[in-house]
Amino acid sequence: MCIISIKNLTKQFDNLVAVDHISFKVKKGEIFGLLGPNGAGKTTTVNMLCTLLTPTSGYAKVDEHDVYKNKVEIRKSIGLVFQEPALDSYLTARENLEFHAMIYGMEKKERNKRIDEMLNLVELKDKADELIGNFSGGMKRRLEIARGLIHKPKILFLDEPTLGLDVQTRRHIWGYINKLNKKEKITIILTTHYLEEADRLCDRIAIIDHGRIIVTDSPHKLKEKLGGDIISLKINNNFSRFANELGRLKWIREVKASKGNMNLFLTVKEGNRAIPKIVYLAQKLKIKINEIDLHKPSLEDVFVHFTGSSIRERENNGKLKLENLRKKMVPAK
Amino acid sequence: MIDTRAVYVLWLREVKRYSRSPSRIVSTIAMPILLLIFLGLGFRQANFGGILPKSISYISFLVPGIIGMSLLSTSVFAGISVLWDREFGFLKEITVAPINNLSIVIGRAIGGSTTSMIQSIIVLIVAMVIGFSSENLIGFVTILIPMFLISIIFISLGLILAANMTDIQGFGMIMNLVVFPLFLLSGALFPIKALPSYIYVFSYLDPLTYGVDAMRGILCNLSAFPVVFDIFISSIFVIILLSAAVYFFNKSESK
Repeated sequence: MCIISIKNLTKQFDNLVAVDHISFKVKKGEIFGLLGPNGAGKTTTVNMLCTLLTPTSGYAKVDEHDVYKNKVEIRKSIGLVFQEPALDSYLTARENLEFHAMIYGMEKKERNKRIDEMLNLVELKDKADELIGNFSGGMKRRLEIARGLIHKPKILFLDEPTLGLDVQTRRHIWGYINKLNKKEKITIILTTHYLEEADRLCDRIAIIDHGRIIVTDSPHKLKEKLGGDIISLKINNNFSRFANELGRLKWIREVKASKGNMNLFLTVKEGNRAIPKIVYLAQKLKIKINEIDLHKPSLEDVFVHFTGSSIRERENNGKLKLENLRKKMVPAK
Repeated sequence: MIDTRAVYVLWLREVKRYSRSPSRIVSTIAMPILLLIFLGLGFRQANFGGILPKSISYISFLVPGIIGMSLLSTSVFAGISVLWDREFGFLKEITVAPINNLSIVIGRAIGGSTTSMIQSIIVLIVAMVIGFSSENLIGFVTILIPMFLISIIFISLGLILAANMTDIQGFGMIMNLVVFPLFLLSGALFPIKALPSYIYVFSYLDPLTYGVDAMRGILCNLSAFPVVFDIFISSIFVIILLSAAVYFFNKSESK
């Protein structure tokens, strides 16, 4: 059951190929992420699927409708939250939602019910009659998510839903996204350059770079493609013997030894299950382990593996320095 | 074709926005009123050497012109305000909605014309306070027709300009190079025939000429053309410019 399927979709602006023959399918009800650095072509892809941009070539169907021919039909069945805020600051929260509901042709009774429902969902009911001008960035974002859902779309597009928001607000937004995916059973397409966001939210991710899709899979499977978890050990004595013993075990895929500082790096499938076994073996051989550390591959490792550089290296403007700082503040999982 | 609900909601938004920005109301009413007071009272005793009929005072002649100016500037402004919507992102919300551009253009035109006409009526009331009077009481109702046509014409013009502009930087230039020439050519301040013939031929291309002439015909019984003719020409301008606005909206969207 694919609600979106695109094949060789391409968009060219003058000399720049922003999106270069991309293909993927989105299943009904999943959260699908487009992950990539700024300028990778994420927004261009979304704009083509939302019929805001006409593709240069390729094939795309959204909810059974062709992006070239049935623009109005597609627009009815999608909700969209833009990267930049798109609210009218002279209107109140409720009026912004009313505007949206009316322009999508909803009847008054249904409209009012739905607006209340959505304001509740994003916990903005008590702010409903305040002007948007006084809202914080996070409140605006929540209201926009609510607005995108008013007309009961089948697919919700979120373009960088937490861009520029602080850590706490970001987590809140993730909560809402998860909630509405379950509660409203809606398919969600989101673009992001935050690895943690893609990891936390998405059922499947397409990594996009320079307008091309590098790989598409679930975050779990993408990480698995790297071969497994890394266990690093620092041991006290009998280094070579232990290394040889470990090398003989089949469940350890790879053993890397660094004799100088007595470090061993083991690649295993399930690190947390492997550690007790390794400790047991060490005790049996009377080997003393000083340190033990488990590193589960992150999406960052996946990104580096597939694109050859980290997502931060790809983004070269000053804004990113701030975001790097922010990332450091995120507590480890 | 025309989605009346979309037209209504765009109209409602414009009126709400207008009522919530008193500074906009004051600043757009201030200019015509200042002109009216200083030109109207300043030239009160001037002798115009036969270009104005003796039967009409300069202030009576001036009031329809200043109302025309007020309609012109507020309407062009209302049309160009699409650029602000683009700047603040709200344009996307309208663009992605499942409604056609004809409904969007008509909704914006009617919304803008409502606020523009409210301001012009305020200017007319102020004019009466400072000494303007009309024998034609029905005129205060019929004048709404040319007012409406003028505002739709210039909102459409504003929309056309906005659809062809990439940012708000050109806004000041538009006001100086489009609004002022249209105002000066229209015969708002003096009869166009007072201009040399190589200038006033351009007045015939200026839609405001016919609008001001119609209002002057209704309020002062003084017009260069029959009022019905003015209304007819204005209506043709409405059709042409509205269609052009829809055309340019479609064009700017299908990139």
